[in-house]
Amino acid sequence: MNIGQMIAPRLAYGEALAELVVQDDRVVVLDADVATSTQTAKVRKVRPESFYEIGIAEQNMMCIAAGMSTLGLIPYACTFAVFASKRACDQVSISIAYPRLNVKVSGAYGGIPTGKAGATHQAIEDIAIMRAMPNMTILVPADATETKQAVLAAHKLDGPVYIRTIRCPVPVLFDEKHKFEIGKAVTIRQGQDVTIISTGLMTAKAQQAGELLAGEGIQARVLHVHTIKPLDEQAILSAASETAGIVTAENHNVIGGLGSAVAELLCERHPARVKRIGLPDCFGESGDNEKIFTKLKMNTEDIVAAAKRMLQ
Amino acid sequence: MVDTKIIESLQQRAGRIRRLILNTVHRAGCGHTGGSLSAVEILTVLYFHVMNIDPADPKKADRDRYVQSKGHATPAYYAALAERGFFPVEELETFDEVGSILQGHPCMKRVPGVDFSTGSLGQGLSGAIGMSLARDRLKLSFNVYCLLGDGECQEGQVWEAAMYAGVHKVSKLVAVVDYNKVQLAETVEHTLGLEPFADKWRAFGWQVAECDGHDVAALVETLERATRDASAGPIVVLAHTTKGKGVSFMENQYAWHGKAPDDKQFAQAVAELEAD
Repeated sequence: MNIGQMIAPRLAYGEALAELVVQDDRVVVLDADVATSTQTAKVRKVRPESFYEIGIAEQNMMCIAAGMSTLGLIPYACTFAVFASKRACDQVSISIAYPRLNVKVSGAYGGIPTGKAGATHQAIEDIAIMRAMPNMTILVPADATETKQAVLAAHKLDGPVYIRTIRCPVPVLFDEKHKFEIGKAVTIRQGQDVTIISTGLMTAKAQQAGELLAGEGIQARVLHVHTIKPLDEQAILSAASETAGIVTAENHNVIGGLGSAVAELLCERHPARVKRIGLPDCFGESGDNEKIFTKLKMNTEDIVAAAKRMLQ
Repeated sequence: MVDTKIIESLQQRAGRIRRLILNTVHRAGCGHTGGSLSAVEILTVLYFHVMNIDPADPKKADRDRYVQSKGHATPAYYAALAERGFFPVEELETFDEVGSILQGHPCMKRVPGVDFSTGSLGQGLSGAIGMSLARDRLKLSFNVYCLLGDGECQEGQVWEAAMYAGVHKVSKLVAVVDYNKVQLAETVEHTLGLEPFADKWRAFGWQVAECDGHDVAALVETLERATRDASAGPIVVLAHTTKGKGVSFMENQYAWHGKAPDDKQFAQAVAELEAD
């Protein structure tokens, strides 16, 4: 993977799992009839005995995964993020998170890009839902490199993990040397004027915003927070004390996701100016991804404008 | 025919468990009494005759698994576990108290002998399927038992699970329905009837057995046979029971679904059990 190359993170997700099931026989992959979308079909191909097609029954899938994990297997239960978080919310909460079982829940098609499927398939509440569950770790990788690393990091962590993946090609931001550590924010760019905290595919836009701001003489710190929970509190608190304000950027409703997590932390520990960029508490729609980002004021220029307003 | 001595011993055991249930809910002032009393003989036969389990080694790898999908019947579940020796009977006195291992609904991380956390209806059978699939993958050989409530079978997930297990012929999986015909606020029939219940399970690819869920000899025979038959694919035992069984004023009364007896009611209930 070369930096700047456009790769759909879901491809990396499927490839990572296909490697993992060969390396570790305890790893099993469950899917609810979306294997060619989530890319778990790669597992089905290389190691069919490690792949369980559950059918369109996400609730059953989550609890089957829970039951499997009680015998020491490490299930990755995969479906679209909307279904993992909403259709099977209670199953993930009660059968997986409450007993802290070693199940990895994968939400594909995070946020706006769904191949024009529209609001029904755009996960805009999944992070909020998963974040409210005790015991849950939440990973929102930015690109294909991190998606692969997130799959492996989740495998090493004994406990429930929610991994949110992206359907459409996004620029590769990190090379193989990138160190993905659960709970540790990544400094994309140093800066002392203002901070942009982003997650998932918004980090590419945040990085771009940082460059545009630099062109105007503004040094923005860009922090990529791939782990929404547990949050890297120190990195965020430092940013709040060392820069004029925080702009958060996420491919999710502004309620309950990264922006909320940052605002909650800062309200209690270091009050600072915060502007949340994300879906402005509205459902998404079908259409060209970039046009939707622009329409909802979630694109690079919106991050730039918000950062500048922080300095006014 | 099963040895009458074994049957008598199981009946006595059931009597003790029934008494422990009443003690537990009376002391706590809460708990699901009706659906606990209906499940007493089922639990007794599973825990004292059918299942391969060891209270001294509650996590042994080849133990039979038990998932109580009707999680609210903890007074019965905990009484059976305590009577079987998984924890001291005195622990039942902490039921539903802050800090107790004995939560209102069973938590696998707290209670020795509990294999799966339940409480939100409809989830247990799926968990039991997961255990069966993992067992086959790991080349282990144990049986998985899952107790469902009848009202619980109104949950869609039960039928997602039933469809999966039937299609894939998930083996060594025995579901038991505590078919007491009464749920929280009404009878099953007046809430959302399940009949033709056996036909539904058959249509989903399950073998079906039925018996009197309070007749210990019938339960022994049915559950032993079901365990053998489950080698070919999933089997459900529809155990016909009476909600509130053993206490006249609780029997068939939905009001006793989630209520504990006061002192006077407790005294009467105990007197009835002792007279029986």
